[in-house]
Amino acid sequence: MSLRSPLGRVLGSGSAKEGVHHWWTQRLTSVALVPLTIWFVVSLLSLPSFEHVTVVSWIAQSWTALLLILFILVATWHSQLGWRVVIEDYVHGGAKTITLVLITFIHVLAAAAGVFAVAKIAFGSAS
Amino acid sequence: MSVYRMLRYTLFTSITNRATGLVMSLGLLVLVYWLMSIANGAAAYTSALATLSLPIFKLFYAALLFTFSYHTVAGIRHLVWDTGRGMERHQSQKSAWVVITVSVLLTIAFIYWAFCPGAHQS
Repeated sequence: MSLRSPLGRVLGSGSAKEGVHHWWTQRLTSVALVPLTIWFVVSLLSLPSFEHVTVVSWIAQSWTALLLILFILVATWHSQLGWRVVIEDYVHGGAKTITLVLITFIHVLAAAAGVFAVAKIAFGSAS
Repeated sequence: MSVYRMLRYTLFTSITNRATGLVMSLGLLVLVYWLMSIANGAAAYTSALATLSLPIFKLFYAALLFTFSYHTVAGIRHLVWDTGRGMERHQSQKSAWVVITVSVLLTIAFIYWAFCPGAHQS
């Protein structure tokens, strides 16, 4: 016999309702990052050179730009979740909150800057 | 949680997985700096590339190839664990060695690809 209410069972919620959200997004992003990171590393190592004209023509391709944006967003998200777990384990008290805020800000800034840069290059404004 | 018994192997692979992940987040910052400098035009990129080609950065890229290899293989091990498989003591000890061996071999292959003579101009 379950002590959970029928409504609670249907919604699949625990007491905190979002208790598994962090766990789930960590897994979701890690599954997505397997193909994305392999694509990124292999593509980068396959570039004939790192001259401006070469990297711009690579990034400006639609699929490259799209996958790069996805990679940046998912990687920064996954990274933020990972940092959060480490901070929650090793930092305590007021420093914990400050560190969490700082880490989140850095990740959002990195994600925004990365997407902006790829978009600017892809739309041909990087010359 | 009893399933995450802190065995010696589990402790080592868990800490290494976290450490490699944190190192790669620094790699993300370098990636964003690289992309921003490309977006800022050829002149800005040339000076940024001079910095990014310093020996200390090349050492960092080699480290990133290791952290990427390790974190990916160890991450797949975690995803297998999430399905409830491979949690027995002898299985997790064996998979710990598989993770270490495969990631070291991958790292050697990647570093050879990245740094072998004539692979890239910069």
